[in-house]
Amino acid sequence: MMATTWRALRLWRVMKGTGSCKQLLMWSTLRPTSFSSFTVEERIERKRSAALLGGGQGRIDSQHKRGKLTARERVLLLLDSDSFMEYDMFVEHRCTDFGMNADNNKYPGDSVVTGQGRINGRLVYIFSQDFTVFGGSLSGAHAQKICKIMNQAVMVGAPIIGLNDSGGARIQEGVESLAGYADIFLRNVLASGVVPQISLIMGPCAGGAVYSPALTDFTFMVKDTSYLFITGPDVVKSVTNEDVSQEDLGGSKTHTALSGVAHRAFENDIDALLNLREFFSYLPLSNQDPAPIRECYDPSDRMVPGLDTVVPVESAKAYDMLDIVHSIVDEREFFQIMPNYAKNIIVGFARMNGRTIGIVGNQPKVASGCLDINSSVKGARFVRFCDAFNIPIITFVDVPGFLPGTAQEYGGIIRHGAKLLFAFAEATVPKITIITRKAYGGAYDVMSSKHLRGDVNYAWPTAEVAVMGAKGAVQIIFRGEPNEVEAEVAYVEKFANPFPAAMRGFVDDIIQPSTTRLRICRDLDMLASKKQNNPLKKHANIPL
Amino acid sequence: MVAMAACRVPGVQRMIVMLKCTTLRPRYCFVTSRTLCSSKYEPNEKIFEKILIANRGEIACRVIKTCKKMGIKTIAIHSDVDSSAIHVKMADEAVCVGPAPTSKSYLNLNAIMEAIKKSGAQAVHPGYGFLSENKEFAKSLAAAGVIFIGPDMHAIQAMGDKIESKLLAKNAKVNTIPGFDGVVKDADEAVRIARGIGYPVMIKASAGGGGKGMRIAWNDEETREGFRFSSQEAASSFGDDRLLIEKFIDNPRHIEIQILADKHDNALWLNERECSIQRRNQKVVEEAPSTFLDPETRRAMGEQAVALAKAVRYSSAGTVEFLVDSKKNFYFLEMNTRLQVEHPITECITGLDLVQEMILVAKGYPLSHKQADIPINGWAIECRVYAEDPYKSFGLPSIGRLSQYQEPLHVPGVRVDSGIDEGSDISIYYDPMISKLVTYGSNRAEALQRMEEALDNYVIRGVTHNIPLLREIIVNPRFVTGDITTKFLPEVYPEGFKGHTLTDPERRELLATAASLHVALQLRSQRYLGNQRVPIVKPTIKNWELSARLDGRDHSIIVSNIGSIFSVEVDGMKLNVASEWNLASPLLPVTVDGTLKTVQCFSQDAAGNLCIQFLGTVYKIRVLSKLAAELSKYMLEKAVEDTSSIMRSPMPGTVVAVSVKSGDTVSEGQEICVIEAMKMQNSMTAAKTAKVKSVHCTAGETVGEGDVLVELE
Repeated sequence: MMATTWRALRLWRVMKGTGSCKQLLMWSTLRPTSFSSFTVEERIERKRSAALLGGGQGRIDSQHKRGKLTARERVLLLLDSDSFMEYDMFVEHRCTDFGMNADNNKYPGDSVVTGQGRINGRLVYIFSQDFTVFGGSLSGAHAQKICKIMNQAVMVGAPIIGLNDSGGARIQEGVESLAGYADIFLRNVLASGVVPQISLIMGPCAGGAVYSPALTDFTFMVKDTSYLFITGPDVVKSVTNEDVSQEDLGGSKTHTALSGVAHRAFENDIDALLNLREFFSYLPLSNQDPAPIRECYDPSDRMVPGLDTVVPVESAKAYDMLDIVHSIVDEREFFQIMPNYAKNIIVGFARMNGRTIGIVGNQPKVASGCLDINSSVKGARFVRFCDAFNIPIITFVDVPGFLPGTAQEYGGIIRHGAKLLFAFAEATVPKITIITRKAYGGAYDVMSSKHLRGDVNYAWPTAEVAVMGAKGAVQIIFRGEPNEVEAEVAYVEKFANPFPAAMRGFVDDIIQPSTTRLRICRDLDMLASKKQNNPLKKHANIPL
Repeated sequence: MVAMAACRVPGVQRMIVMLKCTTLRPRYCFVTSRTLCSSKYEPNEKIFEKILIANRGEIACRVIKTCKKMGIKTIAIHSDVDSSAIHVKMADEAVCVGPAPTSKSYLNLNAIMEAIKKSGAQAVHPGYGFLSENKEFAKSLAAAGVIFIGPDMHAIQAMGDKIESKLLAKNAKVNTIPGFDGVVKDADEAVRIARGIGYPVMIKASAGGGGKGMRIAWNDEETREGFRFSSQEAASSFGDDRLLIEKFIDNPRHIEIQILADKHDNALWLNERECSIQRRNQKVVEEAPSTFLDPETRRAMGEQAVALAKAVRYSSAGTVEFLVDSKKNFYFLEMNTRLQVEHPITECITGLDLVQEMILVAKGYPLSHKQADIPINGWAIECRVYAEDPYKSFGLPSIGRLSQYQEPLHVPGVRVDSGIDEGSDISIYYDPMISKLVTYGSNRAEALQRMEEALDNYVIRGVTHNIPLLREIIVNPRFVTGDITTKFLPEVYPEGFKGHTLTDPERRELLATAASLHVALQLRSQRYLGNQRVPIVKPTIKNWELSARLDGRDHSIIVSNIGSIFSVEVDGMKLNVASEWNLASPLLPVTVDGTLKTVQCFSQDAAGNLCIQFLGTVYKIRVLSKLAAELSKYMLEKAVEDTSSIMRSPMPGTVVAVSVKSGDTVSEGQEICVIEAMKMQNSMTAAKTAKVKSVHCTAGETVGEGDVLVELE
């Protein structure tokens, strides 16, 4: 442990430019009770070193024993070395009830570390809740610190990353704590669509606290050590008499596969923070910035011969849309969002010729790639994020339609399916669509079709753009007629190919699959200067 | 260039629009350092108008290539899943002969005969396997008046029968394994017989098997002793004490002679191929010539092979297989009446195009070469690159889609015979061979060195492959000195193949490369293009303090760089690593301390995990900053699954039989189910004695690698 404390101290000294390490360490082991006998300078040093130790060595050790890093260690790992500029190290909580005003109940900085720093040189605002101080509970001061960096992030135009590890409200503070939550919620809402907001849940996050991550753009979790729920297992038991473990109720598996609350989970703190650095590299700093372009070694005109055979000859046979995505994007790198939820649609970030793009693709491997409630909502939220932050959207279409059935209808597929339709339609970022195989019915319209202002829409030779599959169509058109088989053949010849759509200009070209990367890269360059505005309005009314 | 054609595929309920790309990239770089000197024929004369190739994959492509050269039109046959295979694209015409299972397509005699009739093929090349040694097929062709490019029916029949072929060989004065066919009465008789055969001899139980009742004797004394022990053992093990004696072939090598014969009683031997490196009686690495044969032995073997060919009035290309013992005595094993898989190495050293010769002979041309014209030029080595996991009994089949595929054709002296391309599927229906990688050099050392380079530069992603094993074999000291036998693999890897064992300097090289790659990736992460509204403040790091974990051992590494040249300190030892660091290329040529090596980065992720293929083997390395490495001691170990109670499929395949049901009690080693894939049956046995908790598979079901078959309690 000493080594990491040293590192933190050294970091702080870099910022301050003075101080002897040995002295600091000695001080840090004695929690001061009174500052009266010290000079101001000495008091500053003592406060700082106390802040660096959070809730003290004992609590740090128990945090480590749980497989968790401390708030400061997390910040150090997430940010470039020596880039963290801390704010509000001297802020203390203001509660006087229940003995909270005693000196040994005051911790400089309180239960959160805030500030700004750099990830690969790019500016980010960050808060990291400190579980070693009152279990990371949210006091008025804690909230105020978070609000301060959020305000500045919005003004400067830089993303906000929250590392959540908090037992919940500071009970002793009562309504002050609740007010603090609301202050954060408000800022989450106001910052939404202005700067990217990311939450990484690294410990408990329960009760009202869950709504801040829920309001941010992306919520990531750490496997086995993080939980998100409105009420814990005990309350669940007493109210609904359900027996459920913390993990089953709100663990990472539940939220990444079942509820769709979290977008991805990582093995442990270190994996999560390193992956977050990677994820950050895809995002623009704010809605004023274009999609970032990183240096790229992958030739933009690279042919992908494997794509010419990726779609099986049999119309009903599945294939993996991820194969297509991986082979088209730069260096096969694809940061998938929600990989375990609504797997019939794929969404995530990648780069083409260095530029960040968002990818939406039906996944024929799962439920034939149909659209249902969950996949529509998953896709819609992703499309809206891309649109808000100037990230071009590439859509790969192989969709047999919306999933039929009572479960879907009762669940409101009409309302939820409309979200994806709405999101694609209102998006004004560059939109490129590739129909790889099926584009049937209403789902064809939804999937970034030409009619929803798709900028460049391509069809592969294997594309079938039609109202429905041949069998169903023939049964309706030729109901009761004897030569249904012939009619089906005729229908297939007429509609189960890209020509009807291409003849009407609903796809711009029929392209050789192996040239797809080359075409998209070229189009993205061309569309970089695209300007399109929706009619002036207060805000649209997406069917929530 | 792009022609539109619409066609209906039977049974497919939609129209397919094919954009036919007329340019196929060159797939062969035929023997590179020398030109082919195959038989001359009048180029204006049509040999055949059309040939149908009754095969698939690399051999179909191989045959089509020669046909193209000779101006002969080709017809491919294919199963429905192969409709976009390379051999189909290469051929002038293609006919679908049935669904995926070989019995319904490539072995479907009726459908193939129908295809021949319809397409108007005048001749058929059968390739190897499938119908190549099927006399019914040869008969049907003869009846239809279509020429079979291969030997006559009677030769196929005679050589297809083990007893008949041995008799024929004996009569043609070909060495066969000497032995006493009758039952040995007593020890004296045993000694007499043993002396007659010549030592060493093997005494074995007539009813024997599994090595029981088997003794090797090198002299009279051992023969008497062996007789006594073996008969006792045979009696107790099999209740039958009858014994046989035959010549014991110590340290046998598998060396075969390629022959070529025409219909005019001419026959040539085209030197030998050494095919001793085998696993489960399947060849893995072959070379021509053999390091072991002297000119006299070679000639003796060649002459006997030709004698046998003449005895059966053989025409076309064929192979006579011999076992050769440590004293260079050789014994006839069998004759293969077809083009062999490993024929390219013979082509490399003799300069002949065997397929062309076969076609000419089939048409009735006499051979245009004399025995004295057949050279041994240089050295050729062939590695069979398989889609299989070499870490499981030297190779269990694997399947998948070749997500990336790049043949090492830029390496000089390389020939790759393959029938697949990026995007191809390796399916459970067919042989899992990806390609035959052949390197050629003016001598063995050069051929081996090129093979090393070729294997390092071969990009195969999406399926597990045996390059790690091949790469180890060709640098193994025993192989390099030519000290090999058919038992090479089990002798060298008694515990099974475990990948390359790194020496300390190699370990440092690998770590230095991994650390440099890590830093190159980190540096690239900071390079954004265009104007930045909020300026980027790049961290200034002079020395990257890293920690790398490999095989559970941590190493502290310091990296500093000037441009693309990295100075790396691994555990205090300094190395220089230079590369262009093309992070998009699957091949990464890296110069470590002046030595160029090509490594391949299989994967890398944000959490510092790198998978690097180095000296053929893929290593998992985790590179972290020193801070992250220090903090990782707090990360909890995740519970690992108890593998003894969960039985997973070791390979993709079909469940042939399930021998247990839920609730049964099984004892350790008891068979639980049988999985079949690519002609291989694998018996799955219980790892412990327990009650069966649940069964997740049923007979006839297809399972993927790693699928749970049965859970025990």
